Amino acid sequence: MPETEIKNITMNFGPQHPSAHGVLRLVLEMDGEIIERADPHVGLLHRGTEKLIEHKSYVQAVPYFDRLDYVSPQNQEHAFALATEKLLGIEAPLRGQYLRVLYAEIGRVLNHIFTICAFAMDVGAMTPMLWGFEERERLMEFCERVCGARMHMNYFRPGGVTQDMPAGLADDIAQWADAFPKFLDDIEDLLNENRIFKQRAVDIGTITAADAFDRGFTGPNLRACGVPWDLRKAQPYDVYDRMDFDVPVAKHGDCYDRYLVRVYELRESLKIIKQCLNEMPPGPVKVDDRKISPPPRADMKTSMEALIHHFKLYTEGYHVPEGSTYTVVEAPKGEFGVYLIADGTNRPYRCKIRSPGFAHLQALDFLCRGHMLADVVAVIGSLDIVFGEVDR
Amino acid sequence: MDEGLADFGEYINAALSDHVIEWTIEHGELTVRVRRDAIARVLTFARDDVNAQFKQLMDVCGVDWPGRDERFDVVYNLLSLTHNRRLRVVTRTDEVTPVPSVTGVFSSADWWERETWDLFGIYFSGHSDLRRIMTDYGFEGHPLRKDFPLTGYVEVRYDQDQKRVVYEPVKLTQEFRNFDFLSPWEGMPEQLPGDEKAGPSEQS
Repeated sequence: MPETEIKNITMNFGPQHPSAHGVLRLVLEMDGEIIERADPHVGLLHRGTEKLIEHKSYVQAVPYFDRLDYVSPQNQEHAFALATEKLLGIEAPLRGQYLRVLYAEIGRVLNHIFTICAFAMDVGAMTPMLWGFEERERLMEFCERVCGARMHMNYFRPGGVTQDMPAGLADDIAQWADAFPKFLDDIEDLLNENRIFKQRAVDIGTITAADAFDRGFTGPNLRACGVPWDLRKAQPYDVYDRMDFDVPVAKHGDCYDRYLVRVYELRESLKIIKQCLNEMPPGPVKVDDRKISPPPRADMKTSMEALIHHFKLYTEGYHVPEGSTYTVVEAPKGEFGVYLIADGTNRPYRCKIRSPGFAHLQALDFLCRGHMLADVVAVIGSLDIVFGEVDR
Repeated sequence: MDEGLADFGEYINAALSDHVIEWTIEHGELTVRVRRDAIARVLTFARDDVNAQFKQLMDVCGVDWPGRDERFDVVYNLLSLTHNRRLRVVTRTDEVTPVPSVTGVFSSADWWERETWDLFGIYFSGHSDLRRIMTDYGFEGHPLRKDFPLTGYVEVRYDQDQKRVVYEPVKLTQEFRNFDFLSPWEGMPEQLPGDEKAGPSEQS
């Protein structure tokens, strides 16, 4: 029998594959079913956000941050709001800060529910997805009640938030927070000891802490390698320093640990949400400076000055003094940073967006080498990739 | 934290005196500007020195200042978990001079350097795979440069006759409007136009 030469096969994964979490085109070099090399082609969703922001005023730039990682929009607005506040030298009033932390945590819950459930579906479990989206719908209703939009909130602004919570919303969130652990228990019952889930996730895509540093891992993916690093604790912003919560850490750095870290983070987020609701003081929600935050609508009907302020703010915006800052927040996916350069005009001179997903996706080749084709799906699912922020 | 940061600025300046051009602290953030050819050396020092321990490279990006001789800044944002501190390393270059790649120091620099090359046209020497990453296959130009128009040069559509996507020059139905807000309406000047002869106004 003549010897047959076996060649490596190059295979396209995506860009329309449902497990690619969006528009990832992955070129895989396969030796049989073993992956020799994975080359992700990103940029299919590139919209030039950074260029667009350079041509918009500071307030007009906020909605672009919603559309980066569309699973947790609030957290990214948070980074931009903090960066602009730093350059302007202002600070949001206390109630505004509490509201931002409350909604940032709601964003984290939204994101983690989605990630856990999508990951579970990628490896074959259908039920969590259906249950999870029910919870997400409840949370998005809270978002809608506070600002009018379910997803792209445009709620956090430099100098605070757009408006205060309507009456009764705090009670409803508290009620939801009491009921939510039941949902988490159900999800954990379904997945934690699930034989199929563990076979697909345990010891797949393992990364050590040293490698994770080298590859710029942050957030839950870094904590899954045993590094207790959380920007909410280490470099607290807004009122996170008043919050009492723990940072869950796992040991092995595989897909299963990344899942576990997220589940435990959900419970910690719930603690923060409850503390925010209990401790939130009354008061203004945005800075009382008419050159930065718009006047109340009622004033504009009677006061000429308020009308002028409103007109100037929504046409010209405010001028930010020269300077640059790299401001970060702990977004659900990891460290989300905004490197903002102001040149004294009403538009950012440069706004570089550091998205955590970009670094995580970059490590895909490292994580997948030597694994089977089916493991790629598990690794992508557990890394929590959303292309809105990777491609920008 | 701020005093420690100034001390650290002094320290890094002393340790790398041949390479550091200047260092500043602004908004509580330390920025060190270094010589271009020493960038890998500086980042290795920042990563391995016991007082620095910047184990993570968070971001590499370019900034375009068209009026300057060396028009591009390349910015590296580093994070030290051990000391809970951030460091920004900046170096300058122009359109043709390559910056040494730091992929040998931090693996994560790979894609960020590709992105900087793609969007600014800053060339990184020693990078193993400097392809475009963000823009379309076959894209021409570097979109984040300040002289690249926001609307770009080409647009795509699906052509029903040719049964494929075709590229065409951008057609704007309305001219691109760029409002200038650096107007003189910043408030009343000391002297109103036409009042020059009246001399300094007198309060009545």
